[in-house]
Amino acid sequence: MSPRRTPAPPPGELRDSLPFPKAAKIELANVQQRANLRHATHTIRAKRAQVVGELDDWEALRTAGAQIKDRVLRNLDDYLEQLEASLTAAGATVHWARDAEEANRIVIDLVRATGQDEVVKVKSMATQEIELNEALERAGIAAWETDLAELIVQLGHDRPSHILVPAIHRNRSEVREIFLEEMGTYGEAAPPDLDDEPAHLAAASRSHLREKFLRAKVAVSGANFAVAETGTLVVVESEGNGRMCLTLPETLISVVGIEKIVPTVEDLEVYLQLLPRSSTGERMNPYTSMWTGTTPGDGPQDVHVVLLDNGRTTALADEVGRKALRCIRCSACLNICPVYERVGGHAYGSVYPGPIGAILTPQLRGLGSKVDRSLPFASSLCGACYDVCPVKIPIPELLVHLRHKVVQEKAAHHEVHAETAAMKATSWIFADSRRMEAALKLPSFGGKVLRGRLNHFGPLPYPASLWTTARDVPVPPSESFRDWWARERGGQR
Amino acid sequence: MSDARPAAGLRVALFATCVNDTMFPGTPIATLRLLERLGAQVEFPTQQTCCGQIFTNTGYYDDALPSVRTYVEAFEDYDYIVGPSGSCVGSVRDQHPILARYAKNPALEQAVARTSARTYDLTELLVDVIGVTDVGAYFPHRVTYHPTCHSLRITRVGDRPYRLLKEVRGMTLIDLPAADECCGFGGTFSMKNSDTSVAMASDKARNVSSTGAEYVVAGDNSCLLNIGGVLDRQRAGVQAIHLAEVLAHTEEDAS
Repeated sequence: MSPRRTPAPPPGELRDSLPFPKAAKIELANVQQRANLRHATHTIRAKRAQVVGELDDWEALRTAGAQIKDRVLRNLDDYLEQLEASLTAAGATVHWARDAEEANRIVIDLVRATGQDEVVKVKSMATQEIELNEALERAGIAAWETDLAELIVQLGHDRPSHILVPAIHRNRSEVREIFLEEMGTYGEAAPPDLDDEPAHLAAASRSHLREKFLRAKVAVSGANFAVAETGTLVVVESEGNGRMCLTLPETLISVVGIEKIVPTVEDLEVYLQLLPRSSTGERMNPYTSMWTGTTPGDGPQDVHVVLLDNGRTTALADEVGRKALRCIRCSACLNICPVYERVGGHAYGSVYPGPIGAILTPQLRGLGSKVDRSLPFASSLCGACYDVCPVKIPIPELLVHLRHKVVQEKAAHHEVHAETAAMKATSWIFADSRRMEAALKLPSFGGKVLRGRLNHFGPLPYPASLWTTARDVPVPPSESFRDWWARERGGQR
Repeated sequence: MSDARPAAGLRVALFATCVNDTMFPGTPIATLRLLERLGAQVEFPTQQTCCGQIFTNTGYYDDALPSVRTYVEAFEDYDYIVGPSGSCVGSVRDQHPILARYAKNPALEQAVARTSARTYDLTELLVDVIGVTDVGAYFPHRVTYHPTCHSLRITRVGDRPYRLLKEVRGMTLIDLPAADECCGFGGTFSMKNSDTSVAMASDKARNVSSTGAEYVVAGDNSCLLNIGGVLDRQRAGVQAIHLAEVLAHTEEDAS
């Protein structure tokens, strides 16, 4: 076997990750990560709140953002054909990929046809989702991440933990160590006296990447938006490294989820306001690259677009679940989420962590694995995600909807366990207030023996220990409200 | 002479909620006394049980439906239904229509549309329907208020609780840092994801303690069970108390 060209990610398949509660327990113990995440999420939250507060028409923009995407999703078949025609007319070649395997094979074949054995990459969630880098590596093609945070993750033999800020779980001293340790193995080494000043770290990455930008003949990107009317693809970024990849190479291959469509260029007016303010907390992102097929003498002359399904049409078939396909990958829901802030992105076992990941991943991958079944429950349903979502995805409603699907899935496989039985029994009791009154009279309900001696229970055995390991619980009262009512107001309704 | 009290002539059904009925009867008793003090005629339809939220939020839609039907039958004759729980009121308003649609039962959908629209959080009934913010309460303590997630983002009661608390005599109200962050309760989340839930509750308890308040007040006993559970375990010397109990408290109770 030939040696690897690029740094190896952690072993194992994401889909085989631990279920969320177990993974979260491990991540919660990582104090460095918790401090990094607390600082980063609170900083970006404040920036977002400030720039969103500047716009009087923010709510109208959100509504427009939701409605345009809903229209696209309702008529996706027509828009996809329109996009294919526009792209083809503009000189691009369109490929259709049902799943990750098909998409990866298309990209590998296209790279091989150029005779090249390496590509530079624009930060892209779609290519993370299909795990393109590893597929290319297996085909003997090196894929170099050029987004600074993706570079940190790649060089760190790590996985992204955030949609927008993949290395959010790392601080600058960790980044320095990764650069010093790894850069020399995969290209230009970091200066040996590198310190952890952000400007110096950026300079080291610039120098390391420049060599690759100038050498590469093939680039791979995703797209934030694909305009059906014109065939224009749009990439929104902060660093300009994406722009280097989109302009210098001869061949450009873009892997684009089929839900990325907007009908017209005019619709970008809405999203180019919503996205930067929601994601980085900027009024406008530094670089917006737009390209329409090929332009003679300017930029890549061999332009390909791979339109990716990979579970999206399954999500589309669910009228409640499809609202997740409005997502423009801004990460505002991750940054505001109290669960994400504490456990970080790796616990979600997916390239899409946080609240959006908890509703998107189980729809794209299905409910076959333990981690995917656990994701809809990885939320306290506090609702903060909905309030910041720029396209008004009712994330709590979708979480509950998917919990119902998990319960149905388990029932279909005759997985009856303690929870199912407890829910059935309690439901029967709550169906009739007389049953509830009878249940309240059972000696097991109250702490009649203990009452008078203490007000609270301390640690109790499993499953109560799930609560009482860190929390006391009050001793039940001697009289329910309905008993009090009968005694005090007996005879009245 | 006619009754000049602000809620005179108002007939209200008390939705105690199952958690309050069984675990925290002091809260519905306080709600009842408060509303009666303001002149309302309060009734407790005894066929009520639960809003069904515990089933719905755990994914057991079919097991939630009996509770939805019970709710509709208990409350269909009332124009004003009040519950001392942002979460349960939120569930009635947001989730009952979803469940009725799921059941493909148009008659239930119609009935739910009525009861959901007529269900109020206690603070909404006081401020919007009765039109009072000074309810004659007296509570001579330092308190901090935790605006629960479902009060903030489902029922959207806004600043109503603060307007009510500001009128309470003798009270010092101290701002809670990071007030709008979840305490980590989340119903079965607190058991299914107990480690994450405790991590969130610990941060909330630390913020509460940092205010130096004697009482942490909220409109939901479930959240208070969680926050208070950590504070009690720490012997922090901060008592969790429901907003209704603060608002019901008067000088006569104190003496």
